[in-house]
Amino acid sequence: MIMSYLWTGMVVVSLLVSLLNGTGANLSSAILEGASSAITLGLSIAGPLCLWSGLAVVMENSGISSFLARVMSPVLQRLFPRSYADSKAANLISANVSANLLGLGNAATPLGIAATRRMKELSSTSYANDELCLLIVMNTASIQLIPTTVAAVRSSLGAASPFDILPAVWLTSLCSVGAGIMAAKILRRFFPHD
Amino acid sequence: MIDLLIPGIMVLVSCISLWKKQDVYSALIKGGENGLRIVFTIIPSLIMLLSAVHMLRSSGAIDEFAGFLYPVFDFLGIPPETAPLMIIRPISGSAALAVGADLMQTYGVNSQIGRTAAIMLGSTETTFYTIAVYFGAAKIEKSRYAIPAALIADFTGFFMASVTTKLFF
Repeated sequence: MIMSYLWTGMVVVSLLVSLLNGTGANLSSAILEGASSAITLGLSIAGPLCLWSGLAVVMENSGISSFLARVMSPVLQRLFPRSYADSKAANLISANVSANLLGLGNAATPLGIAATRRMKELSSTSYANDELCLLIVMNTASIQLIPTTVAAVRSSLGAASPFDILPAVWLTSLCSVGAGIMAAKILRRFFPHD
Repeated sequence: MIDLLIPGIMVLVSCISLWKKQDVYSALIKGGENGLRIVFTIIPSLIMLLSAVHMLRSSGAIDEFAGFLYPVFDFLGIPPETAPLMIIRPISGSAALAVGADLMQTYGVNSQIGRTAAIMLGSTETTFYTIAVYFGAAKIEKSRYAIPAALIADFTGFFMASVTTKLFF
């Protein structure tokens, strides 16, 4: 529903501003240009997106994500000490985090939901406990190692090396996940439910 | 180094999978079909959103909005042109893709603004959508501080995207 308000807002504001500025003459050609550029964009990112989705399935089958999950688990154990006491929750959390790192969106969401359900079962409350909030924050702060869609957009617009943004993306992601975890740790003091 | 990352992953992943006697090629095709389905679902929203974004840009509304926010963004060192992207990013993934692609096209993929937009897109997620999916599926009523903490992470990502653009390029 929020997108309906946003979209309507966008077109209403555009018309009003163009009436005020007298830029109405170019408006209709700009709209059509936008519509056709969407097809160009969609089709040019389709190839890389399909290739990466294919590789994602191979990664799932090959056990790379479960290897990564094992590597990650000492760190995750520190972040989720209570859930790691339960082996089922521990496996789901580490599988969710490693699927996110590898960009396996199709696998990460069901694993994350299963982890959330298991953690809720363990806490037997209707609100989100501290470790659940932390898992949500880690899922909303992107920790994907290779942002393929963005790279595909860059390549479709003629970037010579579409992946040269990777080091910057990694540093940025690290800071935002770190900030999210810190914010969760500070904010939990003001929500003394747990 | 970074140029060899993608070919390296392709080689490594398929070799490990083949060594484990997996049918690599069928897995690739199966995944490719999933990818095509994703493309089909995002193209209609890209069409609607890019039409509206081009309309906004052509009317001059985006420039006026950026000009209005200029003092605050200039203080933080974030390009004010990326403001629409920051607003839409936590709400809709395909809208953010449309706005980000428009920024990259308008100002150039390798421009300061184009790179900042790309890094913002690559290092943040559709926060509200993710929270809704997770809490909805697990039937959790009170999200407590999950939303503010997630938004702090997003904002840090937006801020750091402009810092790292200056740092690396």
